[in-house]
Formats: sequence, C-alpha cells, structure tokens
Amino acid sequence: MARFVDTFVSAIVAGALISGLATTSAEARAIKWARSGDALTLDPHAQNEGPTHALSHHIYEPLVLRDHTGKAIPALAESWALTADPLVWEFKLRKGVTFHDGTAFTADDVIYSFERARQPTSDMKSLLSSVDTMTKVDDHTLRIKTKGPNPIFPSNLNDLFVMSKAWTEKNNAGKVQDFKAKEENFSVRNANGTGPFILVSREPDVKTVMKRNDAYWGKGQVPLDITEITYLPIKADATRVAALLSGEVDFVQDVPVQDIQKLSSDPKLQVNVGPENRSIFFGMNVGDKELKTSDVKGKNPFAEKKVRAAMNIIINRSTIQRVTMRGQSLPTGIIAPPGVNGYTKDLDVIPAADAAKAKTLMAEAGYPDGFSVTLHCPNDRYINDEAICQAAVGQLATIGIKVNLVSQSKSIHFPLIQRNPPETDFFLLGWGVPTFDSHYVFTFLYHTRTDKEGGWNATRYSNAEIDKLTVGLTQETDLTKRNQTIAQIWKALQDEVIYIPIHIQTLAYAMKPDLEIPVDISNQPKLKFAKVKK
Amino acid sequence: MIAYILKSVGQAILVLVVVAALAFSMFRFIGDPVANMAGQEASQQDRRELAERLGLNDPVPIQFARFLANAAFGEFGMSYRQGRKVSALIAERMPATVELAVLSALLATGFGTLLGVYTAIRRNSWGAHIVMGISLIGVSLPTFLIGIGLIYLFAVELKWLPSFGRGETVKLGWWTTGLLTPSGRASLIMPVLTLGFFQLTLIMRLVRAQMLETLRTDYVKFARARGLPESRIQFRHALRNTLVPVVTIAGLQLGSVIAFAIITESVFQWPGLGALFVQAVQFVDIPVMAAYLMFVAVVFVVVNLIVDLTYVLLDPRLKSSTAVVGGGK
Repeated sequence: MARFVDTFVSAIVAGALISGLATTSAEARAIKWARSGDALTLDPHAQNEGPTHALSHHIYEPLVLRDHTGKAIPALAESWALTADPLVWEFKLRKGVTFHDGTAFTADDVIYSFERARQPTSDMKSLLSSVDTMTKVDDHTLRIKTKGPNPIFPSNLNDLFVMSKAWTEKNNAGKVQDFKAKEENFSVRNANGTGPFILVSREPDVKTVMKRNDAYWGKGQVPLDITEITYLPIKADATRVAALLSGEVDFVQDVPVQDIQKLSSDPKLQVNVGPENRSIFFGMNVGDKELKTSDVKGKNPFAEKKVRAAMNIIINRSTIQRVTMRGQSLPTGIIAPPGVNGYTKDLDVIPAADAAKAKTLMAEAGYPDGFSVTLHCPNDRYINDEAICQAAVGQLATIGIKVNLVSQSKSIHFPLIQRNPPETDFFLLGWGVPTFDSHYVFTFLYHTRTDKEGGWNATRYSNAEIDKLTVGLTQETDLTKRNQTIAQIWKALQDEVIYIPIHIQTLAYAMKPDLEIPVDISNQPKLKFAKVKK
Repeated sequence: MIAYILKSVGQAILVLVVVAALAFSMFRFIGDPVANMAGQEASQQDRRELAERLGLNDPVPIQFARFLANAAFGEFGMSYRQGRKVSALIAERMPATVELAVLSALLATGFGTLLGVYTAIRRNSWGAHIVMGISLIGVSLPTFLIGIGLIYLFAVELKWLPSFGRGETVKLGWWTTGLLTPSGRASLIMPVLTLGFFQLTLIMRLVRAQMLETLRTDYVKFARARGLPESRIQFRHALRNTLVPVVTIAGLQLGSVIAFAIITESVFQWPGLGALFVQAVQFVDIPVMAAYLMFVAVVFVVVNLIVDLTYVLLDPRLKSSTAVVGGGK
C-alpha cells in the first residue's frame, strides 16, 4: 500500500516536471500499448470520443494541447491571444511544420480542417459553434472571429485536429462520415497529420502500428523516446492483464481495479495512478410535482431540500471508496473535478457521516418512514458503476428510502437522461470537463433544459438566476470578474444539493519498469512525452 | 431428391425472413444508437438530426422493408461504429472465425469419435476411466474459465504461447490465414482447444453411449457368433450405426461453433465475427447486428441441409423409405 501511495504522489508531482520540458533521452525503443477498446475511426472529425482522440493525438495535432495535468500548452499554434476586438482571437502558427507526406503546414490547412469539422455530419461541430468567420492574415497567422465574446475559446480546440487540405482533397475525403454513402471515407483508415508518429498500418480492432516521425517539429523539445507504437485493443480484462504479465505488451492503459494491487507488487512492473477528469454522482428529479416511480403521491420528496441533504449525509463515500472501489477513487463533495477552473477545496465538502441527523432531516421533511423510488444506473460505462449503485441502495435504506435498482447498458441508460422530458427520477451519471472550466458543468448539468442548454440536466432543476449567470459567463471577458461569478454560482448550487457527488475516478496505467508514462487526466496518454529509462 | 432440396431452400428463405423480422423487432430494446454516436456536447437538435439521417425515426416496418430490400442485394449499409461497409467488415472478420471453428470442429469430431470408441470398447481399463474423468471437466467448466486457465498456464507462467490475437497472418486473395506462419499456428492452439473442448467431450460421450448400446444389439452378437474379427465388428458394423445421432449433433455443433464462438473470441481477443458482434451490441450498431444475425441464420440453415443429406448416405433405410412412399407400393 505504501508503494501505491508513493506512486500516486510521485505521479502527481512528476506531472509538474515533465510537461513540455526539453529532455535528454536515455534510451529509445518500440512499445506495445494495450487498452480495452480501439479508436472508432481515424477520421479526426467523425467521433468526439476519448479512445478515438487518444489514438489521433499521436498522428494528428490540435492548435492547443493539454498536457497530462490538464495544462494548456502550444502545439500547432505557438501563441494565441485576444486582439483589441474582444470577438477576434489571433493564433500565431508554428513555422517549419510539415505533414507526414512532406507538404508544409499553413493557415489554409487550419481553416480547411475547421470548416470540415463544422459540417452537419461532424461530431466535433458543437465545439466550433461559436465561430463566426476565419481569416488567414498570412501563412502563419490566423484570426478567428466568434459570434459573441468567448473568453475560453482556445479550450475548445484541444481535440480539434488539423488535416492537410491538399491530401484530404486529393483523396476525396472532404466530407465527414456519411451513413448513406456507399463507400467508406478514405480518412477512416488512412491518415496524414503533423504529429509525432506516422501511421504504418491499421487493422481496426486488431492492431495499429505507428513509427516515430523523425521530421517532427518538437524533436529536442519532447523526449520522443518511443520509436514505434503497436496499439492493441484487448477487450477482456483478464487477457489484457495476462498479456502484460507474460511480457507480450509493455503498457496497459485500462487496468482493472481489482488487479492494481497485484500488479503494483510485481517487481517486473510499475503502476502509475492518478485522478481522471471525471466525477461520478447521483442526480434527482427535483422539479416535477410528483415522482412517477415513487409510492408518494401528490408531492415530490426530492423537491424537499432536507431530503436531499439527508441523502447527501447518509451516502457514505468512504465506504464506497474502500469497499466498492478498493481504494481507487477520490471521494468528493462537488461534481467539478479538481483542476477545473472554479473548483476549490472550500466547495469540496463531504458531510460528516451522521445517521441520527439524516433521520431527523427526513422526519422534518415529512418522511419519517421514507419513501420508494427507482434508481437508474449504467452497468458498462464507469468503473464499478453498478456496484456503486448497489452500495448506495443499502445506505439509503437505513433512512427508509426504499430504492428499486434498475441497472442497464449505457445505450439504454443515457437516453433516459437525454430525452425531453427525462424518463428517470433518480440516476447515476459521470461527467468529464474537457474545457477545464466550470461553465461546461453549469451549462450541461444545471441550466434549465432547452434545445441548446441543459442537455444532460435530467434533474428538472430550473433557476432563472443561475441560468442568467451561466449565460453571462460566455460574454464576460474580464477573467477576474468571470471567476467571481463562477464562485458565486457554485456557492448557490452547493447549497441546493441538486446532485450527490460520490467520487472522482482514478486511472491506473501499468507498464514495464523502464517506461515512464504519467497518468493523463483526460485518459489520453501522449506518448511523445513518454520516457524510456536505462 | 431435387424436390427435396428445393423444399429445403424454400424453408431456408422463410427462416431467414423470420429471423430478420425477429431481430428487427428486438433492436429497439437494445438501446439507442444515437446515445453512443453523438458526442457529449451534442444538442437535442443534433441528436434529432442524427436519428433522422440514420432513418431511425421511420416506423419499424419501413426500416425492416428497407433492410430486406438492401439485404436481397447483399447490401447491409455502413457500420454506425466504424463508418465502414458492413459487408467489408464481415468479409474481413470471417476467415478468422471460420479457421477457428473448422479446426475446433475437426479436433472435436476426430478425437471425440476416437476416444468415444476407445472408452466404449475398453470401458473398464484405467485409460478409459481417466479419459472419462477429464471429459467431466469439459462438460462442466464454462468456456471462459478454460480459456483463462490456459492463458494463465501457457502464456503467463510457461510463456510458450501468445495470450491474445491471431499472430502474423498471410493474405490469400481476400482470405487471411494464420496457418502458414509459426506465430499464427501458435496463436491458434489455445483458442481451438478452448472452443473445441466442450464439443469434444460431448461427442465422445455420445459416441461412447451409442457404441455401448449398439454392442449389446442382436446383430453384433450374431456377427460375433459368425466369428467375424472383433475390429471389423466394432468399426464396420457398430460404429457406422452409432453415427446417425452423432452426425446430427456434430453438425448442429459446427453451426453453433461458427455462430457462437463469441466467448472464446472475446477471451483471446480473436478478431472474428463473434467479437465483432459483441462490440456491435454494446454500441447498438444495428447494421452490423442485423448482418451478423442473418449470417448466423444462413450458417444454421446450410448446416442443417447438409446434415439432412448426410443421413441419406449413412442410413440406407431413409433412402428406401422415400422410395417406398414415392413408389406407392
């Protein structure tokens, strides 16, 4: 255990040291990298999905990158700033960058790629919805005008990859996926980026091979110790771990919780653990007059703040962490993960376990004998999701809340939350914040549900004041004022207990001891930063 | 004979349409593909548009009719998950599954029959007791446990065999095979054993039971009384008569080995159709699921047809009974 804590702490500390620093490489070698699922496609604008981006980051590059701690660092853009006009951002693009086929990278490629990403069939279009016009000033200067002030616009660009205009047009791949098409798009299995690795071969769901790009612009700035990557999706947990134990793979990204202890104690392996940018929480229907799934008729127990407060007390996060998660989670009192702008230690308060107080609150709310309700839970999305729900069912029963647990696949669970009106009264959800800004949490999870906002807010919570402040965040360009508003919103929301936060998921990467691959907070390890020790 | 085949083909087509109809009525309980396809940031409107583009807003009968019309031309559309043609995906994955299934079936029927005969003839020998004991493991242990057990022993501890995948494969036209490379052959050993073990023990026990039954019949006793050599009695007369039920079971098992190699493929990350189907279900990739279910139905129908025809070869009585009816005697 001590070893694990050490690894954990050093992973966090190492984070600050590694990012972006020039390093002298000790050794160089090829690695085999296994994780549970494959990228869905190589088309960089077809799917807004973690594992797909994780692979694309090795071949393609965005303008602005996030390092493994979540800090924004320059990639294809060397610098960026708002111009005198608060609607216009100017990006200074990196010079001397070439695509893998040798053509030079210019502002035209960026404009072309972003236009491609804005097509109706692109899955990345919502990240660019605030873009009004894009203008090329010269080959390496780009101006983007937004429809309204957007102080955090560059945060949207972290997974927006730049393709070569010439290559894409030549191969007739200008149109992002079209399910009515007769042939697959060329860019689904072929790639030509500016990234640190060049695609050698790809067999979807079997194997993808990439070799080091020796003409990479970042040579000398990043370790680039890995000479070749063989990316292997291995779905079954036991097989993936066996492949690491038998030495057939060097790096396993999705280590099952139950195996972390065993692998950490193996002297021939090393396990890095770190927090993921993802919180897990329960949501409740606080807005309806009556709950469809409850035995209480004519009123909604979740509308009572005291009931929610009682639930917040009785759900014991440390038990869930210890038993359900085998220690692999960070209990939390707020649904914004640490590292997100707006998160503070003061907001992250976990109420003390106090069964008597919870019971008193229930009695005061008018439910001394509790009530019944159905809890919807996914069983294939988050780490031990179903087990978390089972633990909560037992804990809620101690204050008389009789929970009927329905756990099902994410393909059935998510539509319950997304449909309008939502079809669940009580649900488990996880949320990552790719922009690392609280606005992303407010607009999707707290804003009143409209066609554009509140898309994942199944709580029916609707507060005109919060909505107004949330929308105001998109207009405010003074960052100090903006951060004050964020703090003000969080204070009000934390007091309301709309969600019951459980924990922040942690990630574990297991590898051969000569490798140094820190846990990436977005779970998209970028192997150009990986180091090979002697 | 031709009428018999035509009738079977007619029935087969009916079965296929019914399977497709059942599959389509079940798809909407699996979940909503849009939930998986649209990213986290997609708005309500984006989701509606995506559903519209996929034709999911049409009534199920219309979706079904469209599917049948396309399927009749071998066209199954584009995979929602990978944005690739389903027919290409199936063609790419099929060699892996067929290679695995055929080798397992050969292993199972070959060794199953041999060991079945052996344990029947020498049923009180030590060897037979040991074989019967081991066969209990085969019928009682779940496939994934056998697979993981093999991986642990041969890959992790002994490091003799690879724990996952197909190894190096060789392309022969559109077909790929692992039989021509050392790593391909090594990769086949554990999956074939895992997939074939249950079938092997099943066939062995069936052959043994049938054989013991047959050895007690009057004509065997009569053959012995006539002084025929024991081996001739056992293999020529007794074994042949035990084969009709064995062929039925073995045939159906071959169908299920091809169709439902899902567990073995998942355990060994075998890039076949079963693994493709599992991923399709998780993602609600309707075009792939539909095409796979049709493929399974075709395999079963074809295997059944072949089994029916084999009966006639093995059991002359079937031939004469049709002749009797046809002759109108």
